[in-house]
Amino acid sequence: MRLKTTLSVVAPVVLALGLAACGGGDDGKGGGTAAKPTNCTNKIVNQDAPRVLVWAWYPNMAKVVDNFNNQHTDVQVCWTNAGQGQPEYQKFQTTISAKKGAPDVIMLEADQLVGFEIQDALVDLAPYEAAAVRKNFSAGAWKDVSQGDKVYAAPVDGGPMALIYRTDVFARYGIKTPPKTWAEYADAAARVKAAGGPVFGDFGSNVPALTTALMIQKGAVPFVYDLADKQNITIKLDDQATKDVLNYWADLSKRGLVGKQDQFTTDYIAGMVGGKYATYVSAAWAPGYLTGAGVGNGKDKGKFAVAPLPQWDTAAPVSVNWGGSAFAVTSQANDKANAAKVALGLYADAASLTDGWQTQTIFPLNQSVLTSDDFVNAKVDFFNGQTVNKDIYIPAENAYKGAVYSPFTVYYYAQLQAQIAKINEGKATGDQAATDLQNTMVQYAKSQGFTVK
Amino acid sequence: MAVQTTTNAASPVTGEAATPRASARRHGIGWLFILPFLVVFLAFLVAPLAYAGYLSLWTKGLATGTTFAGLDNYTRAFHDPSFRKGLWFVLRFSLVVIPLQVLVALVAALLLDEITGRLARFARLTIFLPYAIPAVLGALMWGFLYSPSFGPIEQISSFLNVQAPFLLSRGNVFYGLLNVVTWQWSGYYMIIIYAALKGIDSSIYEAARIDGASGRQIALRVKVPLVRSALVLILVFSLIGTLQFFVEPQILRPIANGTITPDFTPNIYAYEMAFNYAQFNYASAISFALGFVVFAAVAVFMFATRKRGSLFT
Repeated sequence: MRLKTTLSVVAPVVLALGLAACGGGDDGKGGGTAAKPTNCTNKIVNQDAPRVLVWAWYPNMAKVVDNFNNQHTDVQVCWTNAGQGQPEYQKFQTTISAKKGAPDVIMLEADQLVGFEIQDALVDLAPYEAAAVRKNFSAGAWKDVSQGDKVYAAPVDGGPMALIYRTDVFARYGIKTPPKTWAEYADAAARVKAAGGPVFGDFGSNVPALTTALMIQKGAVPFVYDLADKQNITIKLDDQATKDVLNYWADLSKRGLVGKQDQFTTDYIAGMVGGKYATYVSAAWAPGYLTGAGVGNGKDKGKFAVAPLPQWDTAAPVSVNWGGSAFAVTSQANDKANAAKVALGLYADAASLTDGWQTQTIFPLNQSVLTSDDFVNAKVDFFNGQTVNKDIYIPAENAYKGAVYSPFTVYYYAQLQAQIAKINEGKATGDQAATDLQNTMVQYAKSQGFTVK
Repeated sequence: MAVQTTTNAASPVTGEAATPRASARRHGIGWLFILPFLVVFLAFLVAPLAYAGYLSLWTKGLATGTTFAGLDNYTRAFHDPSFRKGLWFVLRFSLVVIPLQVLVALVAALLLDEITGRLARFARLTIFLPYAIPAVLGALMWGFLYSPSFGPIEQISSFLNVQAPFLLSRGNVFYGLLNVVTWQWSGYYMIIIYAALKGIDSSIYEAARIDGASGRQIALRVKVPLVRSALVLILVFSLIGTLQFFVEPQILRPIANGTITPDFTPNIYAYEMAFNYAQFNYASAISFALGFVVFAAVAVFMFATRKRGSLFT
């Protein structure tokens, strides 16, 4: 009881002192009514400069922010990690609905941009000299963050996809070369299974973005949407390409050739560590994530290699993307010019990018890195010294043409996830899943006031 | 089970006073005592409810903006297959989980009432312990126990060389959750019943024994009817809590391989609608619609238990 009393007396005093200390910095500035963000995770180097509040979840963000703040005297980044992916989007969505509380700059994945653009939550960066950095990026990367002439974010990292596989499993079951086509992939899976081996891959329900990328690879165009024509949207989720891809995985799942485990879970990582999956169809940022989770260490060291993503038609290969993110300026930002400066400059300096790709936490989209000798010829430890950037990932990234996303990606992913779960339970065929998905999405789009074509 | 907080509404002071003036003064003092509660009650319960009610009368489309909808959202909610599916699930779940956990709690309380000494105190604490663990931690812990790669269920099964059942697969998730909820709440209900049992005058048991009643007869024919009001109370508690089922499925979602969908229970559906799809209006309507259902269910239940007079004899 005594302790409690003491605390309740002391706490407000401490709080008041803290507030006074924070307020001190603003003296003599005048003009600005908005308070400076003060609860930054990082250290502010230049106390007098205006601050830009940033939400981001890159694993090496602390270094990136320090690099930026050390190099800038005119503006400082105040960084908060508001969650990785969905949790951050939830918070951002809530601040949009509440009309306050949003950061000035926010890290978003490319597939989320339109959904926030349509709510006028993001600022067009074109008037803020976005064109100056355009030359740093490939056409596909730039398309992912733009709507016509409008640019809604500055790209940082991408997710060119490839086939990660375990050399020890391949050797043990006599798979001499990694499958080049999806037909070969299924054959190899059947052979490994027949020989008593582990499952070949995984068809997790919680990675709908991955499945969407594979649908797009077959030629599906799930959504056609242009923000300039706000009311109209084309939804095509029951086309043959989508059905083919879903049927393909439904078949592998039914025959027990691939796992049905949700990815990024402890169970999945445990399986990756233990060699329960012969391959992992994934993006360029996956090795960094897997390494961080403890995959590829100890007796598994050097057991992984990577090959190009299997194709449907080797004569006309298609490169697809999973994940990858960018910095956008929110329309709640007080000083949009400074916010834009941060969005375009943060994680764009050589030191940060080098740290990012060396730890494999990002696959940088900046051409200054993509064309640098160090990056191109890097021998990656996780892949036992394979020069994966030169051989696999850079060609994949250069061939990536960009994609069009719907303004309700979160809802779409939830529906696709439900369908994948149904397929894995044997409750739906690929055809049924595609038809259901189409109906649900059309209905939802209409309920949101869109005209569906 | 979700929110079971605001249970004991302050009972107003109804003192009989000698003079009108004294009455008025006492009345004023009464309000003063209620004030702290009243402020919190209005600010954090009534005001948000009123605001949500207001929100539920509007509709917002991504492409259309906000328009007045009247009661359309409610019509839509009760026709929405997702909402109905979730409602059906929690109703089915209530029908199984409530009798089960009340039975467990009742048996435990009756046994604990019979035995005395150190063992009784230890057993009481142990049975109550799961309730003292926050629901989130409890759910996380069960998530680990259910894990198909390294949970104990899997280890025992592989030791016996059989395929371990995954308790969160579509066919099993009902039972997987049933287990978590019963584990979590039975101890709490046991304590309520036990407290009611302790309040019974022991001379009644003596009289029963003199009349030749056996131990079992005393338990079933004397004790159970006497704790009837406590049983009604916990039935209402668990009915409200189960219809608002949220925490456990929400926590177990990430490891359920897609079995626990965004419309698994009405509360999860409302949460998803509001915070993932930015449909605060429709989410408010769903919440209110769920509120009506809970209200109706409790009203029916109260009516049934009152009319019978002695439901448990």
